[in-house]
Amino acid sequence: MTQTMDAAQTGGKKRLIGGGAQQRLLAFASLIVLLIGFSIASPNFMQTSNMIAILQATSVNGVLAVAATLVIITGGIDLSVGTMMTFTAVMTGVVLTYLGMPLPVGVVTAIATGAFCGLCSGTFVAKMKIPPFIATLGMMLILKGLSLVISGTRPIYFNDTPGFDLISRGSLIGEIIPAVPIPNGVLILFIVAIVASYILSNTVLGRYTFALGSNEEAVRLSGVNTDRWKMAVYALAGGIVGIGGLLIASRLNSAQPALGLGYELEAIAAVVIGGTSLSGGRGTILGTLIGALIMAVLTNGLRVLTVAQEWQTVVTGVIIILAVYADMLRRKKV
Amino acid sequence: MKMLVEMRGIEKRFPGVHALKDVRFDLREGEVHALMGENGAGKSTLMKILSGNYRRDGGEILFDGEPVDPDSPRAATDLGIGIIHQELSLMNDLTAAQNVFIGREPRKSFGRLDEPALNAKTAGIFRSMNLKLDPKAQVDTLTIAKQQMVEIAKALSYKSRVLIMDEPTAALNDAEIAELFVIIRKLRSEGVGIIYISHKMDEIKRIADRVTVMRDGEYVDTVDAATTPLSRIISMMVGREVSEKPLDVPDTANNEIALEVRNLSRGREIRDVSFTVRKGEIVGFAGLMGAGRTEVARAVFGADPRDDGEILVHGKSVSIHSPSDAVRAGIGYLSEDRKRFGLATGMDVRANIALASLDRFTSKAGVLDERGMRETAQKYIGQLGIRTPSDRQEVRLLSGGNQQKVVVAKWLLRDCDILFFDEPTRGIDVGAKSEIYKLLEELAAQGRAIVVISSELPEVMRLSHRIAVMCEGRLTGILPGGAETTQEQIMELATQREAAMAPVGEVA
Repeated sequence: MTQTMDAAQTGGKKRLIGGGAQQRLLAFASLIVLLIGFSIASPNFMQTSNMIAILQATSVNGVLAVAATLVIITGGIDLSVGTMMTFTAVMTGVVLTYLGMPLPVGVVTAIATGAFCGLCSGTFVAKMKIPPFIATLGMMLILKGLSLVISGTRPIYFNDTPGFDLISRGSLIGEIIPAVPIPNGVLILFIVAIVASYILSNTVLGRYTFALGSNEEAVRLSGVNTDRWKMAVYALAGGIVGIGGLLIASRLNSAQPALGLGYELEAIAAVVIGGTSLSGGRGTILGTLIGALIMAVLTNGLRVLTVAQEWQTVVTGVIIILAVYADMLRRKKV
Repeated sequence: MKMLVEMRGIEKRFPGVHALKDVRFDLREGEVHALMGENGAGKSTLMKILSGNYRRDGGEILFDGEPVDPDSPRAATDLGIGIIHQELSLMNDLTAAQNVFIGREPRKSFGRLDEPALNAKTAGIFRSMNLKLDPKAQVDTLTIAKQQMVEIAKALSYKSRVLIMDEPTAALNDAEIAELFVIIRKLRSEGVGIIYISHKMDEIKRIADRVTVMRDGEYVDTVDAATTPLSRIISMMVGREVSEKPLDVPDTANNEIALEVRNLSRGREIRDVSFTVRKGEIVGFAGLMGAGRTEVARAVFGADPRDDGEILVHGKSVSIHSPSDAVRAGIGYLSEDRKRFGLATGMDVRANIALASLDRFTSKAGVLDERGMRETAQKYIGQLGIRTPSDRQEVRLLSGGNQQKVVVAKWLLRDCDILFFDEPTRGIDVGAKSEIYKLLEELAAQGRAIVVISSELPEVMRLSHRIAVMCEGRLTGILPGGAETTQEQIMELATQREAAMAPVGEVA
């Protein structure tokens, strides 16, 4: 019995690490190579301040990518994470700045708004059978428009809410260990990633997330209410996007209603580089984190080397294609 | 023995098809009851009603003597009725145990999974089946046979007392079938009632206690498996009409040879195959799965490369290296998988018929002549009796038989007078089958040369003027069509392994 237990627990861990492990190893190796390459090319690159800048730059995209990972594992796609992030930031601004509510209400508003938007997307996909691409494309435009309408196209500043900027920019860790002033935004990203990873591998919701992407009809024929669970996944993803909204708003100390478009593609890119299959059924949060880091390191490293920003975008595109091609090669071999 | 399931007077209609007519079926505890019939006889429909996937339109179902109404898959499993579908429905990215308990995972508080309990429970089920399989193995790393075992374990985990197996051995090899039978016998001895759907005659003798035969959506008879000769079961399945009406084989011996294939070879799949097809003749290709019939057709058509062999069309040697070469020579190939290879299902009938001959409807400026295409399409719709509201109807909305006719029209328009039909009636219901047969006979009567590849012996015998039989890539013989050839003769050639092989008869 003990043996079974032990074996079973290893199995659980395997889930966390396994499934596309090679792709993630490859991604991780690429990350290391990039880090080494850039630090040889420029002595400024490896400095603590620069490393922290990279992590800080990863935090928002990383959180959005974690949300996108959940949806993508179900075999769906979420194009609305970028504008949803902005919408949750704007709603937080409304609650904190316009209505003058205390900070915790703002936090709850952001997460609840995101979860509600996700639930809407999930309803379109699960109940109304609209393909995820279309449903979330519509959602993306709706939320972009609503953000502009509600804010009157003007940024909402959080100057009246003391401590709001600390959500992202403060450093709890730095207060305890002054040598590593890791910003709270990064800390939040890691907490989100660990929780999402736990949900994926250890809860019923996580199990159905993989099962839906693997063979939805089989899940339905097993008597599972697939619609309900799919909506739950989109809602969870939306809630996580709400956290992303808090991070960006805190970092800019304002809700910028025009922001958001393009973030969804960066998030999806991170997911894909991290080895999650766009056809669903497999993927990991760890992979997505590595994917997000690769993108941030690239952007930062090329900037340190004073490569024009236009070229950074080109390189990111090439990396995406190479990452997916490597995955194809690997799968063909199996 | 106690009666587990009784189905009486079951009726089911689909749009345009009366799929089940007053069908009855019963199952006892601890028996294997084979359900047989040709494709389209209604076996799967009946079982989908029992397993809650379809609602019946009439009749009653008794379970343990009580009337029941399984209106969803869940309701059926709750009753204790498990089904293992023909196409496995597993989640490949999950482990065996995760698949077995999908939807009923052992949980801890807050929706957390109890993975150790899940694996332990699954291991218990595997043990009870004498199955050596790691519950934590990911399903896509398992063989098809092992995946099948996972499906059975899943069905058993519901404490199923009735287990429906729809062609469980279709993808298994002999050793794996033996493994499966061990488990079936074990379940039977424990009192589980098993409904076994299969086309393989030898399996019925090996595993079944009783056999119920269905034909054209109707109940034919239920017989004892051990004492009933296979030939009787076959004749029950095929029905009297086919054997009563002898095929009228026209005398084509003096017709011009339309297609001659000499010494066609490719690796182990096609070994030195030579045959001829005359104008006005239907040559049927019989053989077991993997005998190389489709490979021959595809090689002649240029869809696959060949190592060796000469192809003569109307007496002239032609060089065929691609399907377009073949089409130019007047050879058409109608794939068994119409939806994947034969039709653009989202486009309308008109576009599909014109698809292979678009240059004919294109002006010098590259503009398509819609009027010409419409007239042509309407001509073929009338000629072949394609049942469609108009030539603008999307092909996917037509029935299988009518889709097949659209493909035929496409090749006729392309002036193909040598036509290969690969499984022409696969997925086509019984009524439409005879229409396809009639169409093939008409095409032959008009002087076209027809090759029909079919896995259904009755179909081959119903259609062929001559029957070519293949086994393991070799042409083991050519038999005359009509009443003088029996199924046994064909089966003998179809199973003639290499050692016994000597080219039979003249191959012309």
